[in-house]
Amino acid sequence: MTVLALNGVGKRFGGIQALTDVSLAVPEGRIVGVIGPNGAGKTTLFNVITGAYRASTGDVLLAGSDITQWPSHRIMRSGIARTFQNIRLFASMTVWEHLLVAQPRTGGLWRSVLPIGWTDAEARKRAEDALVFFGLERYRNVIARTLPYGIQRKVEMARALTAQPKLLLLDEPVAGMNAEEADDLRALFHRLNERGLSILLIEHDMPFVMSLCHHLYVLNFGVLIGEGTPEVVRNDPVVLDAYLGTEAA
Amino acid sequence: MSTYYAGLFADIGILFLGAMSVYIILATGQLSLGNAGFMGIGAYLASYLTVEWHWPLTAALIVAALAAALIGVIVGFPALRLKGIYLAIATLGFGEMVRSFLLNFDRMGGSGGFHGMKHVSLETIWLWAGGIFVLIVLLERSRLWLEMRAVHDDEIAANLVGLNTTATKVGAFGFGAAVAAVSGGLFAHHYVYIEPANFGFERSIDFVLAVILGGSTVGPGALIGAGLLVLLPEWLRVLADWRLAAFGVLLVLVLLTRRQGILDKPLLNRLTFRGMRA
Repeated sequence: MTVLALNGVGKRFGGIQALTDVSLAVPEGRIVGVIGPNGAGKTTLFNVITGAYRASTGDVLLAGSDITQWPSHRIMRSGIARTFQNIRLFASMTVWEHLLVAQPRTGGLWRSVLPIGWTDAEARKRAEDALVFFGLERYRNVIARTLPYGIQRKVEMARALTAQPKLLLLDEPVAGMNAEEADDLRALFHRLNERGLSILLIEHDMPFVMSLCHHLYVLNFGVLIGEGTPEVVRNDPVVLDAYLGTEAA
Repeated sequence: MSTYYAGLFADIGILFLGAMSVYIILATGQLSLGNAGFMGIGAYLASYLTVEWHWPLTAALIVAALAAALIGVIVGFPALRLKGIYLAIATLGFGEMVRSFLLNFDRMGGSGGFHGMKHVSLETIWLWAGGIFVLIVLLERSRLWLEMRAVHDDEIAANLVGLNTTATKVGAFGFGAAVAAVSGGLFAHHYVYIEPANFGFERSIDFVLAVILGGSTVGPGALIGAGLLVLLPEWLRVLADWRLAAFGVLLVLVLLTRRQGILDKPLLNRLTFRGMRA
């Protein structure tokens, strides 16, 4: 089954065509990467998928439903969660609060106005699981923004996962991280993927992308110029010319 | 209790409610300078219901609160397009609009004001203020409040983690307006006479000032702020004509030394021993 499908998606900002006729698919349980030079339109693509921008042409389908015109919050509630290129944590919240805030509401408005401690055992259990999964137990009551960069990244991912998504969008998840932290995250993504989560990521770190993704799409000036397994993409002359450069070959 | 102190405590209770109405809206990152308008709506509507229709005060206050909430939601929608100082000015405009309307609304006395209400007891005022305060304290531990804080901290991120930021912001306006209306209804039945000038710009500023002074990140801050705003000018009476100037200086000093207001989360945690448990 295809979790996410883009059919001929285009996005125009005034005189600039940021995306042109982009079609891609994320099959269930796969890790798919989008690579491309700076300004290729990768983040615009994420913003179109999440409803932050409206596609000028084409459709975005989430598990078969056309979500192209849906507002962001509805798209996110329907099974997509994302992290940001520049970490966006809530300034006043502890790690624990981050793990509660994005969870789907259950039991209607009444339940959401009562203290979490009284009603939402399920939500607390889910937050507790995320805390353990990401190894964040010792930071539970710390204001998340005060933590080291790598930990903040984990908090952001943990927050995204508590929303119980079908598909996780990761915008440059290892940007600014050292090799050890990147390895740590790669292992984490593999574990998430083994649990059945589909992942779509944008990343500049080529060794990271090549070793993590099952399938890659290459974007250049808003146009898809190649796709395939990491091995295929690595040897595609068009891609090499546009992005990887002959040295990478 | 002497009449003098009873009067002061009634004023504190009414200002506390007004400050809470600002606090609720501020929790979503929106500054309203028009809550005196909602207070005026509550005061006039509740008074009309008790005087002309002989309703019991409780029922009149509830209806006034619901009506103001509805107007708050209606005002909240266009306000969604505005942020920061622009939103503050727009809400200020709304407050002045309500005052001008009341001034020309002859059915309720116009500039001559409206009277005939029965005096409400100090206990009733504090029962309402205490009840709404407890509601807010409980709400501060809820999912909904977390969502309000998320909108306050980063609206775009809040939207992209699946929160309906529009509903959250408009809902906060509605709830804040309802609380301001209760404050107005109690004001009207405490002073048993109201006129449009009671609900002008200065009143809205008092509400905001109480929250900023007492601490805008915790509910009890509104109580501390309201208490100080009412009591300080009284305590400074020994300074005769200079008391308001001295009051101003004190305000500036407090805000210079504690930008976050007198009460903040760490201080509240220490006072309630929550910090020790965490």
